[in-house]
Amino acid sequence: MATELTTHDGQPLHKSLAKALRREKLRALVLIAPLLVFVLLTFVSPILDMLFRSVENSIVADTLPDTTRALQSWDPLGDELPSEEVYASLANDMMLAQEVKIHTRLGSRLNYDQPGIASMFRKSGRRIKRLDAEIHLDAFTNVNAAWATPASWTALRKHSLWPEAFPSSSIAWNNWAKFVKSDEGDDADPTATSPYGFTYSALHHDLKKLSSEQWNKLSSSDNSELSALFNGLQEASVSFPDGNYKEQFLDMHDGWGELDNWQTIHRLSPKVVDSYYWASVDRERTSDGVVQKPENERIYVTLFIRTLLMSLLITFSCILLGYPIAYLLATLPTRTSNLLMILVLLPFWTSLLVRTSAWKVLLQQQGVINNILVWLGLVGDDNRLALINNMTGTIITMTHILLPFMILPLFSVMKTISPSYVRAAKSMGATDWYAFRRIYFPNTIPGIGAGSILVFILSIGYYITPELVGGTKGVFISNRIAYHISSSLNWGLAAALGSILLVAVLILYWAYDRIVGIDNVKLG
Amino acid sequence: MSTNNGAAVRFEKVQKSYDGKNLVVKDLNLDIAPGEFLTMLGPSGSGKTTCLMMLAGFEPATHGEIFLNNEPINNVPPYKRGIGMVFQNYALFPHMTVAENLAFPLQIRKLSKSDRDAKVKKALDMVELGEFGNRRPIQLSGGQQQRVAVARALVFDPDLVLMDEPLGALDKQLREQMQYEIKHIHENLGITVVYVTHDQSEALTMSDRVAVFEDGVIQQLSGPDELYENPQNSFVAQFIGENNKLSGTVTSIDNNHCQVKLADGTTLSAEAVNIGAIGDQTTVSLRPERIEFDPTESMDNLIKGTIKEVIYHGDHLRVVMSVAGNDEFIVKVRNRGDQRVLENGQVHTLGWASIDCKALDFTA
Repeated sequence: MATELTTHDGQPLHKSLAKALRREKLRALVLIAPLLVFVLLTFVSPILDMLFRSVENSIVADTLPDTTRALQSWDPLGDELPSEEVYASLANDMMLAQEVKIHTRLGSRLNYDQPGIASMFRKSGRRIKRLDAEIHLDAFTNVNAAWATPASWTALRKHSLWPEAFPSSSIAWNNWAKFVKSDEGDDADPTATSPYGFTYSALHHDLKKLSSEQWNKLSSSDNSELSALFNGLQEASVSFPDGNYKEQFLDMHDGWGELDNWQTIHRLSPKVVDSYYWASVDRERTSDGVVQKPENERIYVTLFIRTLLMSLLITFSCILLGYPIAYLLATLPTRTSNLLMILVLLPFWTSLLVRTSAWKVLLQQQGVINNILVWLGLVGDDNRLALINNMTGTIITMTHILLPFMILPLFSVMKTISPSYVRAAKSMGATDWYAFRRIYFPNTIPGIGAGSILVFILSIGYYITPELVGGTKGVFISNRIAYHISSSLNWGLAAALGSILLVAVLILYWAYDRIVGIDNVKLG
Repeated sequence: MSTNNGAAVRFEKVQKSYDGKNLVVKDLNLDIAPGEFLTMLGPSGSGKTTCLMMLAGFEPATHGEIFLNNEPINNVPPYKRGIGMVFQNYALFPHMTVAENLAFPLQIRKLSKSDRDAKVKKALDMVELGEFGNRRPIQLSGGQQQRVAVARALVFDPDLVLMDEPLGALDKQLREQMQYEIKHIHENLGITVVYVTHDQSEALTMSDRVAVFEDGVIQQLSGPDELYENPQNSFVAQFIGENNKLSGTVTSIDNNHCQVKLADGTTLSAEAVNIGAIGDQTTVSLRPERIEFDPTESMDNLIKGTIKEVIYHGDHLRVVMSVAGNDEFIVKVRNRGDQRVLENGQVHTLGWASIDCKALDFTA
């Protein structure tokens, strides 16, 4: 084994070196720190946020905490509606939700997966106050009038079995506390008044599940107030009515009697769901598992495929058009090539919107190109070409807009190819074409690679141009993402679509690296 | 109107202009014999590379005709000329291995795979790079790349090989070694080589004949020794080897001898090579190594000079002197080991034979 090298003072050499370099590293880090922070804030964190949003779904559990809890014991694959307990929990949750006005938001979220459910939530929210919730309050006060006092709840909440043995009641009590604060202001004291009837219904459903041991604990509590309340309650509660919330909800809206709606709520009660991703590939989870959506609702897979194919086509036409221009730029004398370079860069200095609008003028049915074709007699006046508001329009316009991104890397690579290569090939007997094919072209592949990656990745996420010239047939997936961000406000779906796009690009990049090798990409 | 005189290459009244205003090559007439090693030597911008490019076919001649084996080739594209070429920066194809580079011209000639491999191997062995066939050019050193370039130019057995400053990028030692190797390859294969360089020692070492270019015109075309010993004009004398210039006026001419009166009144006896009439100005050219330092016997020319600087060169001392108004007069003093003390400011006598100093055309 080789002995470790040391410096004169006996320190290991590698440690000494690291120490010497540390200062420089630190300085370099300080220099890039502003950029690093900027990138983290404006690039990494939005991407992470998007990934998070694409699976995040806390709204159901947050808005209907007790309902989602109670639904866990319901079999979504069966053909029975949830139990009375679930409806009681729903009443309790909805009461608070309409008070703080978040039930419509929940309705909109559920509506993505179950169309029509939003109106059910809106309607129910309006009518929830008319719900008769006195049934269990009456039952409890009939056993012991003290149940109507706020002190009874304070005593119960102090007991060691709270909240474990009272899952529904504890949520209901929290709902009540929030309700009071929302109704009367933040400094209102929920313990000062006895809660509304929903809380008693929750207590009723919790009591049904208490073991006799727990009953004993409660009725023999050190707190005399509490033991008095529970004295004889076990026997009396057996004859309590089970409640009529289910009936009342069914009266309120037929939807509460439909299994589909309950399955949706059940399916979306976890805080992390994959529903956005299934929706992104035109599929949905139903009681039969994941199935394809009906044919008239499938759009995203088609859009993804169209986006990929059109991006490939745009990349390819950029290569075809950009290659000769880049060649000219690289071989012409500097003066001429500078002038040509300005022409190439001119689009960069013009607003994207202006360029796209210019294409609208050129390409429309009564536009410049059609007029010229008609004038030349190549196209009949009644048979003008549809060049815009379709795929053709998008491809033509995008090719023009992204062309510089192909030309510049190609140019910078071609610039480095010595003209003596082709001369050498010719001196050895190669014809112009053979020399190009065997010598020049292979050496420009890094430029083609770099340009293609740039153009492809830019076009796959392009949004403004397809929006303006794409009509309905020529839009990309990014237009759909923009729609969900700004119009339908279904950010989760937009995030899922965006994540799929991101993954697709990364996979293509990886494949490119495996096939061509990323070392073979030159940007200059 | 081709004249069948057996020349491998013949330039006939060739002129070349790039911009239509200036002639880069002015009326070039040159015959290159088969098997000859001809070097085009000249400073940059003298037109030598242009001549080579016209011969290779990459630049068209503006006027005149170039013949290859007595066939006019002005309208023959480069790929049909069958001329091997070694480029200044080798122009090895970076995306191919060494063997693929060498096989390239053979593929074009549609040789079978086995013939190709045999020829590639032979060519690589010739330049002693037999083991390097699978390497990429970038993995080779400069000297190795240079050999590959030579091998590639020779692998398809061309009669004529052009070399455009092929050793320019190598360090001195390697360059000298490669000079001999190329020379030996030329001798062994018996091919015609046209070699372009601006390095006069390279030209002298390698060539059968050297064409010295300046201003688009061949100043002198002759063998290396002739070029060095008998320069035809001041430019050649200056360009080839080291040279002392003394300017004066011709006072008398006697056959091929003349007397030149220098500015300080000294009269020199010189060989008349390229002078006008009596009274014309002339520049006398004199090689530093032909000067005797403190001559013991009488010589044709004796003149006093003051030492300005002494530079130790090991085998000789290089003494810069002030002689007859020329402050950069150089004398090479053989290091004889008798440790003559030479110091700045000393005055010494210099002497040389009149045949060693040539009276040429006047340059300032």
